[in-house]
Amino acid sequence: MIPWLARRLLWSLLMLVLLMTMVFAIVRLAPGDPLDAGAAESVDARERQLLRERLGLDEPLAGQYVRWVSACLRGDWGLSLRQQRPVADVVGEAVGPTLLLTLTAYLLHLALAVLAAVAMAAYRGRFIDHLVGGAGLVLLSLPGFWLGLMLLLLFARQLGWFPAGGLQSVDAALLPAGARLLDLLRHLALPAATLALGSYMGTARYVRAALDEAMGQEFILAARSRGVSERRLLWRHALPHALLPLITLAGLHLPQLLGGAVVVEVVFGWPGLGRVSVEAIGARDYPVIMATTFLSAVLVTAGSLLADAGYRRADPRVRLTGPGTP
Amino acid sequence: MSDEVTTTAATAAPPAFLRLNEGTNALRAGLGILLLVAVVALLAPWLAPGDPSALGPAADRLLPPSAAHPLGTDMLGRDALARLVHGSRVSLLAGWLSALVAIVLGTGVGLVAGTGPRWLDRLLMTFTDACLSFPRIFLILLLVSLTRPSLTLTMLVIGLTGWMGVARLVRAETLSLREREYVAAARGLGLSPWRVGTRHVLPSLWPTVIVATALRVGSAILTESFLSFLGLGAQEPTVSWGAMIQSGRPVLLEAWWLTAFPGLALALTVVGCNLLGDGLRGRLDPRRMKAARHE
Repeated sequence: MIPWLARRLLWSLLMLVLLMTMVFAIVRLAPGDPLDAGAAESVDARERQLLRERLGLDEPLAGQYVRWVSACLRGDWGLSLRQQRPVADVVGEAVGPTLLLTLTAYLLHLALAVLAAVAMAAYRGRFIDHLVGGAGLVLLSLPGFWLGLMLLLLFARQLGWFPAGGLQSVDAALLPAGARLLDLLRHLALPAATLALGSYMGTARYVRAALDEAMGQEFILAARSRGVSERRLLWRHALPHALLPLITLAGLHLPQLLGGAVVVEVVFGWPGLGRVSVEAIGARDYPVIMATTFLSAVLVTAGSLLADAGYRRADPRVRLTGPGTP
Repeated sequence: MSDEVTTTAATAAPPAFLRLNEGTNALRAGLGILLLVAVVALLAPWLAPGDPSALGPAADRLLPPSAAHPLGTDMLGRDALARLVHGSRVSLLAGWLSALVAIVLGTGVGLVAGTGPRWLDRLLMTFTDACLSFPRIFLILLLVSLTRPSLTLTMLVIGLTGWMGVARLVRAETLSLREREYVAAARGLGLSPWRVGTRHVLPSLWPTVIVATALRVGSAILTESFLSFLGLGAQEPTVSWGAMIQSGRPVLLEAWWLTAFPGLALALTVVGCNLLGDGLRGRLDPRRMKAARHE
């Protein structure tokens, strides 16, 4: 386990350096100068030169690269052009809300996926199978931002069940702890539901196929011949079997969920990485977007590392079948 | 597959039009939907004559759906149906072109990685994995933030950030094809790797590539609509469904129809792509074709 983990960690580290290099390359190899693109359009030539010097844009590329990487590793991401405060602060504040949203949505996503998959497998080939499959396909095809707006219109504006956006109510700080948590959950409900509803079908299809496969195996036949009910066969015997690969799938889903979160954050004004990036675009605040892009990739790398390690713990077969290649 | 057909027949089968999960029904429904959208896009100037962006009479602002304006009017008094009809062009164009960029790039990288020397394979796949570590939308936002928004740029960027999945799929398929006897025979004859790749491996990859294309188009349409929604895609006076949703957003409460219908149009088009992809997969799945060959 340990040598594997060491190798896997080393690989992740290498990946991070590569990711950092790519972000740097994209920004610096894009046509023109980062300043041309807009932030400093109104700034006169002299101030512009000062800004160039401050950002180190006149140095040779290699020097800039080394300086940038070492500064990043020290946690110094520069100054936000728009907010005039450290990028690390701007982005750091956004990580928590994004993780909260993504993880809540993922739990919901998993619950929906398992329910849908079991329903489809239990009513295989019958009306409910096709109904659940069809509904899932439509949900999968909806634009996330539109689904969010429609849920907002219905549940926040018309019915008034949930707040229309934001992380918490204005007076949240004054509330007792329990009420504050409830307030947070109420704010979380619609964004998390939007994200989960738009994505669960991918996992559901996967689990359904795995369930079908498991139900055809001999241990199910043996259990069935012992008189185990079909419902129990499905939930207790086949399902655990079908869920194991989901650990790996979780690692693969993370980029999608983080990407989906961007869409949802914009619609619901959720103060996460996505909204920070989109706001930064309006102001051409590229240091912020560099940081959010890199940070999102770090989260994905960490997630896939966790998923791999989790899978090795959960399934001894992987550990026994020779060296795991990263 | 065949045993699924028998179980379907044995139990109470739902009406045929509901069995959309896979196979021929999905294929037909998907093709039908996409044909409909394509016809609307092609005939837009005749279906909705006149400039869809020209201002309407002031009295016509924010009218709810009626006989004269089936989908209502927007805050500038323009007919929403006419704009919806014209908007189909951007969605289809952006979807197909950016999917094409992604498919060509992905197939190229996957094919080279799968047939080329081992070091090249490792290099290309490491790069692919690195690109996959970025949630796509962040990469797109970063690229778009460095330039001025335009539809061409948006399509290019969506394509350039969407090839990785295709590359991995094509590489995996290529690796398994490499072990086939006919490919080994072609190599044994001393054909160049390029010729083996393009003439002997590529034709067998078409099913994989075609299915991937259909699904990619759907996802590209969604991505384009989101960028247009953010104001980073098609710019006025070009009409796009994403931009229509954006302009309806401030008046969501008073004029829900401005937001609702473009979203439904997007959903319908993407459902068409996904049905087509699923249906084609049911028909062309390489694994099933492989199984058939072994029988």
